[in-house]
Amino acid sequence: MTSARDITRAVNPPRAAFLDFPLGHTTGKPHDPDLQRRLLVEALTSFETMTSPGSIKDLPFRWSEDEEWKAKAFAEGDGRTPRHDTPQYQSEEDRRRAEQEGSPSCPVCRS
Amino acid sequence: MEPVNYIPRIRDNYARQGYKAYNWIVNADTPPWAPLTKPLSRCRLGLAASGGIYVAGQVAFHYKDDASLREIPADVDTKELRATHFAYDLSAARSDPNVVFPIDTLRGLVRDGFLGGLASRFYSFMGGIYSSRRVSGDLAPRLTARFLEDGVDAVLLVPV
Repeated sequence: MTSARDITRAVNPPRAAFLDFPLGHTTGKPHDPDLQRRLLVEALTSFETMTSPGSIKDLPFRWSEDEEWKAKAFAEGDGRTPRHDTPQYQSEEDRRRAEQEGSPSCPVCRS
Repeated sequence: MEPVNYIPRIRDNYARQGYKAYNWIVNADTPPWAPLTKPLSRCRLGLAASGGIYVAGQVAFHYKDDASLREIPADVDTKELRATHFAYDLSAARSDPNVVFPIDTLRGLVRDGFLGGLASRFYSFMGGIYSSRRVSGDLAPRLTARFLEDGVDAVLLVPV
């Protein structure tokens, strides 16, 4: 799957399915399981139908009627988080659990 | 409207923020081809995603060339999945991980008979790693070895 067609064209994987959605939604919109299912069925079907290495299948879904999101993508900078080299937890509760539970519940914390 | 061209936009954005230029990989050779030898309805599928997904209780990823993997049991409770990443808007992924890690979607496709089954373990990593050598020479081979060991027929890759 990909939502960045130019990057995927450059990487040139054997097979790709392109979904023209904003980054962070490579496999659909949140809480829309019907859409998530339909687009994954379209994408996975390429395993059976593609015959030529380097093909990209353009999936027939649009994020919205207008495409204003495309103008905005990275237009004002992406506000990237600084490149911290310590674990960046979603919540302090996660940090507490990871530090408390340690390795037994965590087969591959780092590998 | 044409797809967004991310390579020039990200290049400009990095320059504005004073980051080193990212060297995008360009693979000009025809990629290798492994045809599927049976229908999807009889295949076991693996999932590998670069959205920074981890399971609550695991050590989270960091943001500086993190080439580590997290093993996600295929039967994990979706409510225990978390997302952390420096390069995309996390709000959708934190609300519904299926937007970058389609675990419920894949389980549904197995229930419906569209897929034969799933790998016993899925994998998540970060991406955005400056050294392509670390990705192609270290991260990718580790990932491949784990899927081969698990005996999957195909793998779905989900970058962000």
